[in-house]
This record gives sequence, C-alpha cells and structure tokens, in this order.
Amino acid sequence: MLNLPIYLDNNATTPMDPRVLETMIPYFTQHFGNAASRNHPFGWEAEEAVDYAREQVAKLVGADPKEIIFTSGATEGDNLGIKGVYEMYASKGNHIITATTEHKAVLDTCKHIEKTGGEVTYLEVKENGLIDLKELEAAIKPTTILIAIMYANNEIGVIQPIREISAIAKKHGVLFFTDATQAVGKVPVDVQKDGIDLMTFTGHKMYGPKGIGALYVRRKNPRVKVTAQMDGGGHERGMRSGTLNVPGIVGFGKACELCRLEMDEDAKRIMVLRDKLETELMKLEEAYINGTTEHRLPHVTNISFKHVEGEGLLMGFNKNIALSSGSACTSASLEPSYVLKALGLGDDLAHSSLRFGLSRFTTEEEIDYTIKAISETVLKLREMSPLWEMYKEGIDLSTIEWAHH
Amino acid sequence: MAYSEKVIDHYSNPKNVGTLDKASKNVGTGLVGAPECGDVMRLQIEVDDATGVIKDAKFKTFGCGSAIASSSLATEWLKGKTVDQAIAIDNMDIVEELNLPPVKIHCSVLAEDAIKAAINDYRVKNGLEQLVFEEKGVH
Repeated sequence: MLNLPIYLDNNATTPMDPRVLETMIPYFTQHFGNAASRNHPFGWEAEEAVDYAREQVAKLVGADPKEIIFTSGATEGDNLGIKGVYEMYASKGNHIITATTEHKAVLDTCKHIEKTGGEVTYLEVKENGLIDLKELEAAIKPTTILIAIMYANNEIGVIQPIREISAIAKKHGVLFFTDATQAVGKVPVDVQKDGIDLMTFTGHKMYGPKGIGALYVRRKNPRVKVTAQMDGGGHERGMRSGTLNVPGIVGFGKACELCRLEMDEDAKRIMVLRDKLETELMKLEEAYINGTTEHRLPHVTNISFKHVEGEGLLMGFNKNIALSSGSACTSASLEPSYVLKALGLGDDLAHSSLRFGLSRFTTEEEIDYTIKAISETVLKLREMSPLWEMYKEGIDLSTIEWAHH
Repeated sequence: MAYSEKVIDHYSNPKNVGTLDKASKNVGTGLVGAPECGDVMRLQIEVDDATGVIKDAKFKTFGCGSAIASSSLATEWLKGKTVDQAIAIDNMDIVEELNLPPVKIHCSVLAEDAIKAAINDYRVKNGLEQLVFEEKGVH
C-alpha cells in the first residue's frame, strides 16, 4: 500500500526509528534522574544510561567514549568545535580554512570569528563539488590552526576526500574538524582511519531524536581541547555545560547502534532505489545531476530540470511528495542555493533543482510514484515555459537581454 | 507556506497557455523577468484592428506557482478589454484576486509589466509611440 504523502527530504531530518523511541520512553517518566546526581539511584540510573549510549555513539565512529561530547545538535557542535579551537589555540595562530559549500552553521561561525579578529580562507569547490587538495595545501600558513571541511554535503551529497584532507592537516600540524552530519550513520565514518580530530554529527539525521548530537574531540595524537562556549556546571569534561538530555542521549545511542548494525544493508537497498529514481528522471531531456556521482552518499541525488523553476515544480506534487528545491522561492532568502552556485551552476539551473534524500523507510512504490509525478510535472511545466519554447526553437538564451530586477 | 485556492486552481488548470504569432501586426508580445531571477513571463495579446479590443491573450511562464497564476489570471482579464482598459490593470488587483502573500507580490508586478510590455510592442508595430510607465520597483 502506498501511503501519501511520501517523505523524500531526509537530508533535512529523518523520521525516528520506532525502536529508538521505545528505548527512550522509560527515561522520560520512570528513569528521569539527572545524570549528574551522584548520590541516589535515580542519578546512577541516568548516568549508566548515558555511559551506555556514549559507548554506542563512540562505537559507530570508531572513537573512545571519552571523546564524545554530547551537544544539542550539529549546529552547536559546529560552533563549539570551531570557536572552541579558535579560542583554545589562539596562541598558535588565528587562521582557519574552510570551503564555500559548508553548512551555514560552519560558514556563519567562521564569519563570526572573522569579526573577532580571526582570518578565514574559503576554498572554492570544483564543478563536481569537491575541494582541490592542492589549493587546500597551498592555503595553509604558519598561523593556520584549523581546517574545517564537511564530510558530505547536505544539498548534493558529495563526499569530500576526507583521508587526503586529514593527511594534509597532519603533515602541517593543523587540526582537522569535519561536519559529518549527513555522513554518520549513512556511510562508514571512522575517526581513526579518517584521521579526524574533531567531528560533529546529530541524532535526527540518522533516525534518532532531534535536539541531541555529539562533538567528537580527539584525546590522543594529538590531544585536542576546545574552549567551552557556555558557562555552567562543567558537564562533558568541562567542554559543554548543561544538564544532560538523558532520553535524547539514550535514543541517539540506540540510533547509532542501529546504524552500525544496519548501515550496509540499508545503503545497498537505498542506493538501488536512488539509482532507479535518478536513471528514470535523467531520461527527461535537459536534466542534470548536480555534483559528482562517484563520491556521493548512497541516499542522495540533486537534479536540475532546465527551463522549469523549482518552486513551480514542487507545487505540482508537494501535497503528495515532500522534497526541497535549491530555488530561492522555497527559502527565506531570495538567492538560489549558494552550494549549487559554488559548483558553477548558473542561477537558472540552481533555480531548477530538486534535492532528493531517501531513507531506511523509503519503498520502491514510493520511488515509482515519485518518478511518475515528477516526470509529468516537468513535462507539463515545460509546455508552459517560454524558456523551453525558445530552447526548442534553437534560441541561445544567453544572447537575450533579460530585464534584471 | 500554503497557497491560496485560486493560485492552486490557476496552477493546476492554467488558462490560455500558448503562443500567438509574434510576427503578426495585431499581436503584441511582452517578455519580462530573467531566468537568473527564477521568473520569466511571456504574455501576448491579439488586438482587433477595428475595435481596439483584445481578442485573444496567451501566456507562457517560467516561475513559481504564483507567477504562473498571475499570468494566467492576467490573460483572462485581458480578453475582451480594449487596449486602453488593459493599461489600467494594476498589480494590486492581481494580488487581491489571488490572495498573494507579500513575498509573492513581485509575481503580480511581473504580470503587470508583461501586460504593459505587450501593449507597447503592439503600439510600436502599429506606428504608435511607446507609453512610458512608472516603475513599480518592488522586485
């Protein structure tokens, strides 16, 4: 049975796995203790649950449990990781290297640092969405303290060459931070093998609850420290104060465990569906996949349908299919996706893009329905598009003088 | 953001999608907006020489649902009006009819611009001078 609406916006957030919810429930009403209460069973129980979850989380990414700092989510982890290093290592330097396609939580954190006297280099990405390793290495200076490059991109799903980046960082004695929000739980991430010093990720992108995430902070080779960004009771080894969100942590731990056990199977199945979706939609004329298809998350694709505007396209089926578009009209800002623009896409193609994020719960029926609905809407809107008509008449649209507003 | 019923109706069943012969002396064509801005509207009118009445109007639009609805509505309103009456169509009439939210007002402005551009194209073809319109400047 096909249940509508279909959810294909899993890069924004995933549904929570019912098995995760089940583990959380007792920690709201029954085992409600404060994990910092050291003197009674309620506290002990909570602490034990947190310890167990910390192990589950650590195990998924190849870390030691002591290296996991619980946060409220990836945005906090980005802030704590980057600002925390910037402040802690101020005596070493003030230069940070990042990329233009990072999430706003990284970019805006870097902008904030610039305002306080830091220096930030924003690397451009290549057409395929990946950074140029030579450019990265060339950008390193004696004052460089941190490289902050995301693991996988939230809009196009491309996976950066993490091991090469960490090797360059290590060679120059620079710390490497990665926002792995979209990658953890979807593809194997191992902080040891990948050479990561700091890493942020979050529960709600991997079938866990919202409002809970983690910052991995390396303890050995080298021992990394971050300056706390909130003052308080000194929780989480002094790096993140605030009473621990025990039910959230328990759920996050369970979500990590399920991902560790089921990721390979899930990825295989989801990739077949993603590839089917992509192959069928690419049969439409003038459809383009954004970003490399070689180094990419198994559940993501981003496709531009030329001469059709993204929001107009979404409107054709958004009662029944939840998706997002790189078009300006769908977001609060009036600019189309800065990630797509960074790939060198013209605004017209950026306006014409749809982002698909599949999940553990996506079915083939849903994909079949989606292929049909989108194909029909693209064809219908192209019949209505003056740009499509001109394109079909062989008019080069770039030669037209448009009245820019 | 939810769309108004009227926007959804025009989007689902757009009126007067199509193309008129732009080489014809009786046809005025207005092409406004830009692909980079995510909105391009082409609106065409066919005018009866003798009466000055708009016999037919067609549009094609690249844009969001509100842009499609604005142009669809504009063609409905244009048919049967004289060119002089058509000049008086104001974007705020479109906003009101379609219940456009503030972020979509530019769609109605674009439709008004398209009407005026089509009228001017028709005027120039028929040896009349272009009318100068006040800039709305809400884009």
